[in-house]
Amino acid sequence: MATQPATLSPSSERSFLQRIRSGDAVAHTLTGMAASTILAVTILLAYHLWSGSSLPRSAFGWSFVTGSDWDPVAEKFGALPFIFGTLTTSLLSLLIAVPVGLGAAIFLAELAPRGASDALTFMIELLAAVPSVIYGLLGIFLLVPFLQSTLVPVLVSTLGFLPIFQGQFFGVSVFSAGIILAIMIVPFIISVSREVLLAVPQDQREAALALGSTKWESTWKIVVPYAMRGIMGSVFLALARALGETMAVTMVIGNKPQIATSLLAPGYSIAAVIANEFAEATGNMHQQVLIELGLVLFALTVLINGAARLLILSTKAGGK
Amino acid sequence: MTLSFRRRAVNAVMLTLTGVCTFLVAGVLLVILGYLAWNGATSLSLDFFTKLPVPVGETGGGMANAILGSAKVLLLAMLIGVPIGFFAGVYLAEFGDSAYSGVIRYATDLLNGVPSIVIGIFAYALVVQPMKHFSTLAGGVALGIMMIPISLRTTEEFLRAVPVSLREGAMALGASRSRTIFTVVIPAAKNGILSGLMLNLARVAGETAPLLFTALGNPFWSSGWLQPTATLPSMIYNYAIAPYDDWHRQAWAAGFVLLVLVLTVNVAARFAIGRGSARGRS
Amino acid sequence: MTEKLETVSPKFTRDPEAQNLNAGSSHGDTPMGNSSVKLAAEHLNFFYGSFQALHDVNLAVKERQVTALIGPSGCGKSTFLRTLNRISETIRHTRIDGRVLLDGADILNMDVTALRRRVGMVFQRPNPFPKSIYENIAYGVRVNGLTKDRSLDEVVEQSLHRAALWEEVKDKLHQSALALSGGQQQRLCIARALAVDPEVLLLDEPCSALDPIATAKIEDLLFVLKNQCTIVIVTHNMQQAARVADDTGFFLLGKLIEFGATEAMFRKPAQKQTEDYITGRFG
Repeated sequence: MATQPATLSPSSERSFLQRIRSGDAVAHTLTGMAASTILAVTILLAYHLWSGSSLPRSAFGWSFVTGSDWDPVAEKFGALPFIFGTLTTSLLSLLIAVPVGLGAAIFLAELAPRGASDALTFMIELLAAVPSVIYGLLGIFLLVPFLQSTLVPVLVSTLGFLPIFQGQFFGVSVFSAGIILAIMIVPFIISVSREVLLAVPQDQREAALALGSTKWESTWKIVVPYAMRGIMGSVFLALARALGETMAVTMVIGNKPQIATSLLAPGYSIAAVIANEFAEATGNMHQQVLIELGLVLFALTVLINGAARLLILSTKAGGK
Repeated sequence: MTLSFRRRAVNAVMLTLTGVCTFLVAGVLLVILGYLAWNGATSLSLDFFTKLPVPVGETGGGMANAILGSAKVLLLAMLIGVPIGFFAGVYLAEFGDSAYSGVIRYATDLLNGVPSIVIGIFAYALVVQPMKHFSTLAGGVALGIMMIPISLRTTEEFLRAVPVSLREGAMALGASRSRTIFTVVIPAAKNGILSGLMLNLARVAGETAPLLFTALGNPFWSSGWLQPTATLPSMIYNYAIAPYDDWHRQAWAAGFVLLVLVLTVNVAARFAIGRGSARGRS
Repeated sequence: MTEKLETVSPKFTRDPEAQNLNAGSSHGDTPMGNSSVKLAAEHLNFFYGSFQALHDVNLAVKERQVTALIGPSGCGKSTFLRTLNRISETIRHTRIDGRVLLDGADILNMDVTALRRRVGMVFQRPNPFPKSIYENIAYGVRVNGLTKDRSLDEVVEQSLHRAALWEEVKDKLHQSALALSGGQQQRLCIARALAVDPEVLLLDEPCSALDPIATAKIEDLLFVLKNQCTIVIVTHNMQQAARVADDTGFFLLGKLIEFGATEAMFRKPAQKQTEDYITGRFG
């Protein structure tokens, strides 16, 4: 016996009133409004970056990102040195952090006993909680002197024939910024990679070991490739963080808008120039140029975060 | 035979290297803590917590105004970021099964990925530009926006971790959906959400970049919410890059205080979450 | 109330299968026996998305009796139970088709919170709220605004007495309910359900997570409780059904295969499938 429509309509009306009385509709609306606020904030953010940089976009067009002269007083704005500095420091930091981070993740996921692994991971994740200005502080007073007195002389005497290790070293440099960034992002790589490695099914390892592989062979040829996309995801996340990192880089990069071959020379980054010049921007154009740099940074991180998320999601789906 | 020796050698060497990597990273943490503790503790004095900064050339003084400024900025940030993130998290966990919640999730992820310096620009445009001066409020808005995504994520995550059986238990007693959420589900997730809030606060407490052109800085006490204010992280920055030894000592002291605060909250919150989830599983 | 019931009862003879099983029932006189019908499903179909989990179920639960639902895992017995207080609606993309009558009124037209106050439920695994014992019992009373006529303390004590838990917990009412043993937690959940004075109590395999001693305590409790309310219990344990139930229904693949007095069904099942299941040939 089907329910008649005649009895259905008053009852559904009653249940709607009931829903309001019981607070369900109110709760739904209230929480939905909070959620919509986030959407509005995000849209507003993108809008402000876009509309706030209309002057330089129409004045310079693409030559903004290809020009390399930076002279706010003469209203010359070429952003290439900053883009170059941001990319170089970020890539350098990945070059250091990825092998170290992956190695540590392998150790923590595959070798260390679970208790020790958890304790070490806990410690390493604390590194990620250290504020970036403190990394900058340590960069200035601990890392730079150490580089000057120990590491760089060794590098110059052994690899000095390479153009990237030539020229005078003042301490503050692209190289120093890259190392500080590497220390800052390595906890992310370790923590995410360890998790995806732990998620690799045990039978994959056992199958490899049963075929006579050594522990290292089973890890490197079976387990790591299985978790590869998740690991790549962690690297992208780390990269996005490195690109946007401001304080630590500002404090050790030297803040000199130039494009040098040598890593030992000072440089500048997008985030650093915004940090240094925004509060005292001379005139409308200067400020808008800095907002446009913010837009560039925003676009870069949106792209890279998106790629990272896709990779991590696809591993999770594939892993199941 | 030789092949197997080579393979065994590679195995030993590579496995050892992974261990070296791990202890290298863990060692960095110890060096950071040790160096900061040494320099910080030797520079720290009671004056640091009670006195204002002194002009260049004089020695002594403290950062009392920056400590208060940080507290004020964080309070504002919490008032702005936490309710939005929390209620939106409730929405996604409890009402979110539509395409719209997918959009919200994506927007949250975007916002979470935005570099803090860009958030600073945004807060500048939102607050500083219309009001025509830097302020505690602007700093609070900047950090508040930064708190939203994590606040949302922790809320959603911990609400989803509440077993369905508890919801059914409440609804089987005649509780409405919203009543179930607010009297059973949220209380059950309370510890996790609060720990998440502490972690979130600790994270933005160290943020400097978004404060540089919102809260700006101030060598004196900042009254009310509409004046520029000093904050602990921006004082560390300004003092560290200045060429005076006495300022460097102050920077170390400030860095030490900030790090101790941040790490203490982190350790405590992580233990609380660990305990909570262990109990939830049993 | 009685006149409503009279309009309901005759419908149960319409279904050919129901007639069939009535033939096998030892209660020869009327299909319903002597008790009045409290809760009745008519042509009930249930869907998870496009999957049909229940097919045209017709079943009448008699007042102040214990009705047991048995059958192999996934046969639809729990799904059926969960439609009786519409807790099934909390899962998305589900659909009920047909009628369920509580005292002759269709529950699909009722306010769902009012329905659930009248039809209480106890779940497979004990699910006390992470609150004190006292707060657990008080929850339903508060939610339903029943505190006006009686003091909360009184309701809590009485409910715990009814669930035979009072003696064990009277000194720790304000301690966390999670500190109780599994069996005590389940009795707490029964007390929590009883606190709002339900007319029907649904139990979804309430003993499956409990040891034999705790199980025996709950079964003893059911004998007492059936004097106070109508009980429907889903169980995978046929001995349990035989021990506690007046009527038993056997589900298979989403269909109610056989329904009748427990004694008759276990002694002389009318359907071959029921016999196979009871004698352990499958399931």
